[in-house]
Amino acid sequence: MTTGTEQPIEFYEKRMPIVTRSVKGKFRNFKTAVLVLAYTVYFGLPWLPWHRHDAASQAVMFDMDGRRFFIFDLVVYPQNVFWLAILLFIAAAILFFATTLIGRAFCGYFCFQTLWTDLFIWVEQFIQGERPARLRLQKQDWNAEKIFKVGGTHLIWLLIAFWTGITFVLYFGYAPDLLKRFFTGDAASAAYIGVLGLGLSTYAAAAFMREQICAYICPYGRFQSVMYEPETLAVAYDVRRGEGEKGRISPRGELKSRETRIEQGHGDCIDCGFCVQVCPAGIDIRDGLQYKCISCGLCIDACNNIMDSMGYPKGLIRYDSEANLALETPKPPAISWKRWKAAGYLIAILVMTFGLLYSISQRTEFEESVQQIRQPLFVILSSGEIRNRYQIRLTNKTDRDAVYSISAKNLPPQALDLGGMENVTVHSGKSVIVQASVKLEPELAEKYEHFTFVIQSLTNPADRSEESANFYNEHNHT
Amino acid sequence: MNQKTGQKPAPQTTGHAWDGDLQEYNNPVPTWWLVSFYISVAAAVIYWFLYPAWPIGGSYTKGFDTITYVNDKGVTKTTHWNTRALLMKETNEAVTAQKPYYTKVADTPFEKITKDPELDSFVVSAGKQLFSDNCAACHQQGGAGKVGFAPNLTDDDWLYGGEFAKIQQTITHGRHGYMPPFAEVLDDKQVSQLADYVLSLSKIAVDPVSAQAGNALFHSETAACYYCHGDNAHGRQEIGSANLTDRIWLWANVPGADTIADKEAAVKNVIRKGLNKGVMPAWQDRLSADQIKLLTVYVHELGGGK
Repeated sequence: MTTGTEQPIEFYEKRMPIVTRSVKGKFRNFKTAVLVLAYTVYFGLPWLPWHRHDAASQAVMFDMDGRRFFIFDLVVYPQNVFWLAILLFIAAAILFFATTLIGRAFCGYFCFQTLWTDLFIWVEQFIQGERPARLRLQKQDWNAEKIFKVGGTHLIWLLIAFWTGITFVLYFGYAPDLLKRFFTGDAASAAYIGVLGLGLSTYAAAAFMREQICAYICPYGRFQSVMYEPETLAVAYDVRRGEGEKGRISPRGELKSRETRIEQGHGDCIDCGFCVQVCPAGIDIRDGLQYKCISCGLCIDACNNIMDSMGYPKGLIRYDSEANLALETPKPPAISWKRWKAAGYLIAILVMTFGLLYSISQRTEFEESVQQIRQPLFVILSSGEIRNRYQIRLTNKTDRDAVYSISAKNLPPQALDLGGMENVTVHSGKSVIVQASVKLEPELAEKYEHFTFVIQSLTNPADRSEESANFYNEHNHT
Repeated sequence: MNQKTGQKPAPQTTGHAWDGDLQEYNNPVPTWWLVSFYISVAAAVIYWFLYPAWPIGGSYTKGFDTITYVNDKGVTKTTHWNTRALLMKETNEAVTAQKPYYTKVADTPFEKITKDPELDSFVVSAGKQLFSDNCAACHQQGGAGKVGFAPNLTDDDWLYGGEFAKIQQTITHGRHGYMPPFAEVLDDKQVSQLADYVLSLSKIAVDPVSAQAGNALFHSETAACYYCHGDNAHGRQEIGSANLTDRIWLWANVPGADTIADKEAAVKNVIRKGLNKGVMPAWQDRLSADQIKLLTVYVHELGGGK
């Protein structure tokens, strides 16, 4: 029976597995160097000891119970959360700045998706062999060898993913102790959920999703194009040089010699496909600038190696700008700094960095807030005097106990009553509330409408803070 | 995937044909979607077993998960999981967490509590909560009271005394203020004279002659105000009679009245009708001794007690 049906349109194309070839070269070396550095920092940092007085001796620790972050000698409290906002702004501005200069370079070298994918590919290659061997293995029927190799790869991947999760969790506690508790089952449930969540997502993202994260999920991949300009450096294939007039052609017989190729109108590209085989995003850079390219430069290395072996000049694929490639005779590629956009990003980075450093340098080792008690705003005492009350909350942000003295400026003597808490000891990381009351004769109330609380650390004389306060009476309270 | 080979698989159809050749494509949902759907179904089934889920007539399936908590009578109860039991359990935990502080408050003498910054901070925050739950209905949030209704706890005037022990006694056993009505004993003129005298004590400009007569009446056996309010009208804290010489008024809203006549009227009203409403209930049955002690310190600090 004829159905009369047509071939359906394929709306969904299955992912074609990308099996990359390894490559040697300067961009590969740089990528490896960044990878080693990043892993050293990430996996090593929770284990770096740091001398502290009454907190865990760990250089970087996010103490959720104590609600404070230890970052070397800096202790960050929830009140300083805007530092995080500034830091995120700076990071974003640096990203934009880098993108406008050298394109999506962050993606290729620094992004953790790239780093972990790279590590996973390396493991895959270590166990299963180079690209041809892996392709063979993929086609092979299941047997002991395939089970051993594929299973071993996944086992090591899972171990890496697990340790990635564990390491993340270790930042939130004293690492040696937390690790022990984790394995004895005494850690908080958040630790197990964290390890499971981050471990599984690492495994999924680096083992299976890989370039699909960059192409379909990562928001940066979506909006980076707005930062591109003709002057932006990006991994580019020199089409004119590569294709010539008659297109690329593989080197056979006399076509091996560059002179002959140029004579016959062919370009330098010998169509070996190396640039495609090494690409972790699975693209062909010769198709031009495309959104899937993560600018890792591995195709440059691959192409340069081929050019070397052919005896052709290097740089058929290189970091270059669209503007330069369009020139009659392209100049040597260079980062083009002198653009308003780049200058704008740079100024934003500098201003915010300065602001952040200034804010950090101006921090006091304690946090204070003076709150006027507004129920009632003021009280008339039996003598006719007027009293206002205030709550002073003091938080000791240092890692040892400290004594603070509280006093008032611009008030007559005897007006301030602190209930015997003129000097108050606050334990490290804790807060106390001091009740202050100010009592004034009605005729003086107008004069001392504004005054100032002075809080001075007796432990560290440089630490001092002033808080202005208002005095309310019958006339100014509405 | 098939672009390279140029071949496409024959389309899957549902297998039915209408009108001879009309067929419907079978487009199954993606595998990942189907798997997630089955996982959700499994999760729902697990949920039915663990938690209350299905209504059955007047009852419902209770689930296997249980919660154990101690109720307010000190009895340990285990019940099927429900949000009320969860609240009780979490309340138990919160009470346990507060326990060391309460014990410390109970074991520390009053004066020492106010000198210990950390303990005092606890009293301020826990006391505020207790006060809001139990006291604020009359004394208002913040303790400012309301003229004619409940005393202001934030000033320095104390009907029954502002020492720690007195405040503790007031909260524990309650108070009942009483002043007899004088409408039948005194005539209008005498009431006016007394009112003028009482206002003059608070340095309010009234007719001095009338106030002088009021003074005599105050100390006479006719009105006998001095019995309760004392010879110098300073009041007597042991019976809770008010100090009439300060500028604080509880029952007669003198500060709220604009004219002298209105102020007089307010005082006269109290003298004529007397008072039988200064009632504060006893809290010993409702609050624990520890809670009362904590409230005592809190109230003491509200008004800078004595």
